[in-house]
Amino acid sequence: MEDTIKVAGGTGLTADDIKSGKIFLTEDSLDCAYAWDTGVAVNRYLAELKQGKIIATRCKKCKRTMLPPRLFCELCFIPCSNWQYVQDTGIVNTFSICHVHWDATRIGKDEKPHLPAVIEIDGASEGMGIMHLLGEVDPEEIKIGMQVKAVWKPEAERTGSIIDIKYFKPL
Amino acid sequence: MNKKVAIVGLGFSGFGTTTPDLSYREMIFEAATRCYEDAGGIHPQAIDSFVASSEDFMEGISIADEYVPDQLGAVLKPVHSITGDSLQGLASAMMQIKTGQQNIVAASAFSKVSNLSHHEHLVSYATDPVYIRPFNENPYFIAGLEMNRYLHETGTTRDQCAKVVLKNRYNALKNPGACYGARLELEDVTGAPALSYPLGIYDMSGHLDGAIVVLLASEERARELTDKPVWIKGIGWATDTPNLDSRIEGMGSAVYAKLASQQAYRMADINNPFNEIDFAEIDDTFSYKELQHLEALNLCGPGEAGRLLELGCFSPDGDIPVNVSGGSLGAGYLHEANGLQRLMEVILQLRGEAGPRQLLDVETGLAFAWRGVPTATGAAAVISTRP
Repeated sequence: MEDTIKVAGGTGLTADDIKSGKIFLTEDSLDCAYAWDTGVAVNRYLAELKQGKIIATRCKKCKRTMLPPRLFCELCFIPCSNWQYVQDTGIVNTFSICHVHWDATRIGKDEKPHLPAVIEIDGASEGMGIMHLLGEVDPEEIKIGMQVKAVWKPEAERTGSIIDIKYFKPL
Repeated sequence: MNKKVAIVGLGFSGFGTTTPDLSYREMIFEAATRCYEDAGGIHPQAIDSFVASSEDFMEGISIADEYVPDQLGAVLKPVHSITGDSLQGLASAMMQIKTGQQNIVAASAFSKVSNLSHHEHLVSYATDPVYIRPFNENPYFIAGLEMNRYLHETGTTRDQCAKVVLKNRYNALKNPGACYGARLELEDVTGAPALSYPLGIYDMSGHLDGAIVVLLASEERARELTDKPVWIKGIGWATDTPNLDSRIEGMGSAVYAKLASQQAYRMADINNPFNEIDFAEIDDTFSYKELQHLEALNLCGPGEAGRLLELGCFSPDGDIPVNVSGGSLGAGYLHEANGLQRLMEVILQLRGEAGPRQLLDVETGLAFAWRGVPTATGAAAVISTRP
């Protein structure tokens, strides 16, 4: 990109103009720290992930097996305390291929793109699953409907987090 | 536009200085479940619309309003958030009914302030980045400036402000939902370490977690849902300029409270609030705020609040009991849920459900909330047992 942006009828600015203080500006950076209470449902979900298991809750009224698990059914509006383990396998509902990093810089030529995907987990109700990443797969070979399985971090490295699963790979 | 609007349900979860047992979703679900049960066991499917009040920065999620529906039973329903105090949210919910657009509307707000590591940072980010932030002060200096100017202009004394703290924290001892109840002596407050002169640490309310949900209904639906409706007779809100150094009536005045209450009184057809309001739950985030707000709300004349407080006028057995619940000083400060917390006590008193702190023969109450430092925004609601 050119160092000077030309504007018709105006005066161009350079990065040096800003750095040298010719342009008045106020800089501030925000320092916000949060530690969210996980509550009952998220807490159990994370604790089970640390054990290498995926757990859901089941609504006794609409019979949905809900993932991520929740303490209440948002449709029936009743409490749900019926915990149920589901598989760590599923099918790809949809996916994307990220050619840019989170800050919109392009990935390098030799860099593998991130492959976010919605995985419908076996044992959960239809349309319910986990937003996660795909791995050990050529992006060109990913298909909607493809069967995949979780690849877990080694037990000692798990912290009780959604990334205790490294990614899902084709089954 | 003349439809009458009733409050037909009230529910809460909490209250505590920390609430590690429940996520914010689970907390609001509990409050909503109680509220809907209070309104005759209505299922949220039968509720037309939902309004939440929140501030993204407080929750740590941009566009926090997208995370509102599940816990209120509002999935696939009209939902929106008001970035403001929950009495402003109440106004929005009320308007949906007054216009005839909806018949039953829920309004909610919560605080999980215990999840914030440094609340002061967020308050600082609410100040102007060019004019105020470069001074790098703890943001409560603004309350110190306001208090000093208010005392200077009105002749109100430091001790009178301290007596607000004594009253409200003592009142809180009769409120099981209050976390800061205490029997204090004057010297405990005036001799406490300074925060920002003339403000001491006891002059500022402590943080509180909790959730409150109320259900509003049009007159005909209200009669079907409950036999104990209370009615929103008037509501108003106003905001002064954000410029701390050039507020329209200066830093000693709470002009936002004056304008918000004038709007609410006009709507409620109240001409003499001192005679027509039986009790008030008003913002006391800081001790001097209760006195400053009493004057701005026209519940007494300018500069009179401190003296009337000492005469017992605002005590539970006084002419106009103020913050019988303990207020924010006694119960704890619920941030954007502040307004619904004030409203909750008004509802309980009007229904006769306030237990050991129940006031006798009350028909009309005032709820007033301020959005806190550094804002100049307030909202007022006049609530009555009569439609």
